[in-house]
Amino acid sequence: MADDLSNAPTEEKRTFTINFGPQHPAAHGVLGLVLEHDGEVVERVDPHIGLLHRGTEKLIEYKTYLQAIPYFDRLDYVAPMNQEHAFCLAIEKLAGIEVPRRAQIIRVLYSEIGRILNHLLNVTTQAMDVGALTPPLWGFEEREKLMVFYERASGSRMHANYVRPGGVHQDLTPQLIDDIGEWCEQFPQKVRDIEGLLTDNRIFKQRNVDIGVVTREDALKWGFSGVMVRGSGMAWDLRRNQPYEIYNELEFKIPLGKNGDCYDRYLCRVEEMYESTKIMQQCVKLLKSTPGPVMTANSKYAPPRRAEMKQSMEALIHHFKLYTEGFHVPAGEAYACVEAPKGEFGVYLVADGTNKPYRLKIRAPGFPHLAAMDYLCKGHMLADVSAVLGSLDIVFGEIDR
Amino acid sequence: MSQSLEDLGAHIKSSMTSAIEDVSVAFGELTISARAEQIVAVITFLRDDPRGRFTTMIDICGVDYPERGKRFDVVYHLLSMHLNQRIRIKVETNEDTPVPSIAAIYPCADWFEREAFDMYGILFANHPDLRRLLTDYGFQGYPLRKDFPLSGHVEVRYDAEQQRVIYEPVKLTQAFRNFDFLSPWEGMTLPGDEAGATQKGRANG
Repeated sequence: MADDLSNAPTEEKRTFTINFGPQHPAAHGVLGLVLEHDGEVVERVDPHIGLLHRGTEKLIEYKTYLQAIPYFDRLDYVAPMNQEHAFCLAIEKLAGIEVPRRAQIIRVLYSEIGRILNHLLNVTTQAMDVGALTPPLWGFEEREKLMVFYERASGSRMHANYVRPGGVHQDLTPQLIDDIGEWCEQFPQKVRDIEGLLTDNRIFKQRNVDIGVVTREDALKWGFSGVMVRGSGMAWDLRRNQPYEIYNELEFKIPLGKNGDCYDRYLCRVEEMYESTKIMQQCVKLLKSTPGPVMTANSKYAPPRRAEMKQSMEALIHHFKLYTEGFHVPAGEAYACVEAPKGEFGVYLVADGTNKPYRLKIRAPGFPHLAAMDYLCKGHMLADVSAVLGSLDIVFGEIDR
Repeated sequence: MSQSLEDLGAHIKSSMTSAIEDVSVAFGELTISARAEQIVAVITFLRDDPRGRFTTMIDICGVDYPERGKRFDVVYHLLSMHLNQRIRIKVETNEDTPVPSIAAIYPCADWFEREAFDMYGILFANHPDLRRLLTDYGFQGYPLRKDFPLSGHVEVRYDAEQQRVIYEPVKLTQAFRNFDFLSPWEGMTLPGDEAGATQKGRANG
């Protein structure tokens, strides 16, 4: 009898388990967390993911390269064009396609629009996770305007399919470029307004300062990238360190945090929005002085213009072949990555010389970030879990793929 | 750029002769092929070597080549933020031979290895918690293998009579059509035109 009792869990050791999600407004999508608690202190976090797994990588193996691009919009659907960009960079690397300068500027312009789209969503919903309701309302107004720019360039608010191997699909109209320039004028004030609600807000600081602290060593060990390493004070930004497109000509700062907590990551994101606006203004200026094609002239990869097809048999054949068979990418393997708003978004492409990818691995920045949930949340209170989750910047489209 | 990568590759090969099978540089990327049973030593070396300092694990993924004896490649991507360089390490394995886990070196490898196990059935020895990650609870099979059908084997629906979600074999109302658009377009060899193709290749080369 006494033996039985000694084997039973003692009162002070007992932990209890809470299921957080998969339907929870602070879970940022369909995340199931199994939380083990000792009192109100989190002892263990076991994220259950995959509820949004659509088999993107498998599907892409059955699609031609051109048909595969829209899948990238649906990964991180908060900043769609940044993903397409990485995929196109991988194809361009393997096929050796040169991208015209104007297309490079447009790509950078829209990458930065994507960054602002993402940070507006993340900063404001992070605030909502810890109790503020107004920031999302203000932030989403600006997001809506940016999505109109997406629509005016690509025809679609979110799933753009605009960046193509060899350039971008359509040129921007002068009116659109002017409007983006005008938008850039008024946007910093909007960020300052949101900052006025949050940066010195007592409740917001109480919920975020010293929560989810990431040291430099741990940021490396856990494979973090993007704001998650910059928040810890490491100056690592692919736009600066491994520049692609025209980033090495542009002037922008890389905001860094000091303490690596949720609050510093919030500050980094806000600063990045100001910097992105500056990059956009430089791009607008460059676009006005850089006429030219937005698609490579290599007709083996890029479709001919409609007007050409009316006259040229060759162009017509190329058009037909590109949209039925698709282009062939030479055999080989390449890894291309961009500084997506959430961190390093990479595409590992194995081509076998046919018109379809043999294997395509999508390296989503949120994946290792979420994998570190257990490490980040251990010892924190239950309420801090949603603050940490908010500052990780999780979107399930890219994590579950 | 590529010269420094080749130097780095030569340095790695000379330091770890028994574990490295091949070193190559293509598209400005350094790839080394390693022996699977030595992967822990290789990764540890790359992380700690002053000329490597690959402290960030970027990605682990599987690639399936069913026609090969050892059908799987496990591909590791590492990044050094200190020296601003990247490296790719490839090892080969089959369905039954486990690859030593590197989760003890990089904790984030835990999930990447779980994903590779989930998608390909690649086994990792000494992994702390080798469960499925992305697929459904109780899922059968390994979806990213080349012999796994795109449509899968089962579908789910809510059954009103049993009042629960049930699994059934896939019934497609319209057959899945995998169009093969491959044609003798650029880079293809016409059947019966092998001689012409090699001549062309010579002219280009």
